[in-house]
Amino acid sequence: MARSDQTPSRGAAEVDRRGFLKLAAGAGTASLVAACGWDGGDLVRPRLLSISRLNDWVGEKVLYSPTRLARTYDPSERSRSLPSYFISRDMPTLRDPSAWRLSVDGLVERPLSLSLDDLRRLPSTSYTVKHHCVEGWSAIASWAGVPVSAIVERCHPKSTARYIMFRSFDSDYSNGWDMASAMHPQSILAHSMNDQPLGPDHGAPLRLYSPTKLGYKLTKYLVSMTFTDTRPGGYWEDQGYPWFGGI
Amino acid sequence: MHPPGIPLSSLRRSNTLTIVTDPTPSAAPAPTVSPEAPAVPGPPAPPLVRRHHWIVRLTHWATVVVLAGMITSGLQIYEAYSRFGNRGAPSFPNAFEGAHFPSTVRLGHWLAGALNWHFALMWPLITFGLLYATYLVASGEWRSLLFRPSDVPGAIDMTKYYLRLRKEHPVQGKHNPLQKLAYTTVVVLGGLAVLTGLAIYKPLQFSWLTAAFGGFQAARYWHFWIVWIFVGFSIVHVLLVFVVDPASLRAMITGWYRGRFPSHG
Repeated sequence: MARSDQTPSRGAAEVDRRGFLKLAAGAGTASLVAACGWDGGDLVRPRLLSISRLNDWVGEKVLYSPTRLARTYDPSERSRSLPSYFISRDMPTLRDPSAWRLSVDGLVERPLSLSLDDLRRLPSTSYTVKHHCVEGWSAIASWAGVPVSAIVERCHPKSTARYIMFRSFDSDYSNGWDMASAMHPQSILAHSMNDQPLGPDHGAPLRLYSPTKLGYKLTKYLVSMTFTDTRPGGYWEDQGYPWFGGI
Repeated sequence: MHPPGIPLSSLRRSNTLTIVTDPTPSAAPAPTVSPEAPAVPGPPAPPLVRRHHWIVRLTHWATVVVLAGMITSGLQIYEAYSRFGNRGAPSFPNAFEGAHFPSTVRLGHWLAGALNWHFALMWPLITFGLLYATYLVASGEWRSLLFRPSDVPGAIDMTKYYLRLRKEHPVQGKHNPLQKLAYTTVVVLGGLAVLTGLAIYKPLQFSWLTAAFGGFQAARYWHFWIVWIFVGFSIVHVLLVFVVDPASLRAMITGWYRGRFPSHG
């Protein structure tokens, strides 16, 4: 194509070249940014984490509804499998299951130590819901257990308690939760999955479950829930995953 | 030598043609017109034409940068689970199932890093999108961009012209009907990209939206495919700029156009 067709004057041609160089510089920057799976480096990464905290705030204070319930499914719609993982080298199991207790402590008037039988005597909630993993997969399963709210009613948190730290016996795996998410009617301490006692691959004897959160917030192999006034971290959250993890 | 930009107060009139006569006419010879090119009537040096408002230019280039970050971090996120459909259920048709994209087109290093990029960039993406949409409405410029049923015959004429089935370039306004179709589609796609994104981001809080897209996995699926339509659009868009009308690149940077289609101002 004849150049004179497009750019009748020399001046305009030069501006076009400059414009093209600007575009090329921009594209170059963009590809540099994308190169080698750059995570932002020490300059950008802390800012990304600050924005992630802002997004946590929006998720918790603006978008979260304490009463909106996750859709429930018929048990016949269960997925054939629900992947699971643990962070320890070997699958975490209890040497003496009868000695296991859930410790409820921290900023509470009445600390509790609950056996599995104690928990089974408390009010129970069961549902069949869709599980959402941060990786993008989803699966449907049934869960049964004690609403976290039933524990809160019995341990009487102090007025300063704003968060709950859930700890496990899977190495140092833990999760921090805001009180409003913990008090959601579908947030439970599950001792049963798909009508069977919770298996060791899914966090036996007790795990946190809620269809309001991504899977990584649902602490398996529970040993304690500690009420705090400062925001507790968590295994993945401390490595950069969004803290709120609500869906 | 650029005249000052049009103030915001005159937004409503900005889609009217503004032709500024060049105070220093170029001594360059009259443009030669190749036989297959449309006859361009007019003076030897085409007039300098006001083409794009600064809001259009700002949001255009900002979106280029933000979208590049969105797509590259999105590809990193996709690597974490590169198929669609519930566990244990059949996969949706997907040429990219199990794909590993080269690290040069992935941003964020790992899933958490990519999520943080993606959820940080969603704010400027939405902001620039809303700013652009507000401008289109406030200026009335949406009229020259929105593809309507009445544009269908013109789109057919234009297609005939491009396929060499028609000699004369159809009469057009700022954009020809095919451009209108492309730009309308890409604005709608931008909206759908944000909405499908929200449907995946908060499938419980926006459960109605997630259901409208056919569920969580279907919303992921549409969110992913919108990317490829964007990529395809961008390739064709850039090609057409350089092949058909390179002067339009300058117009998108400075706002002023001097090229072979001044009457399309």
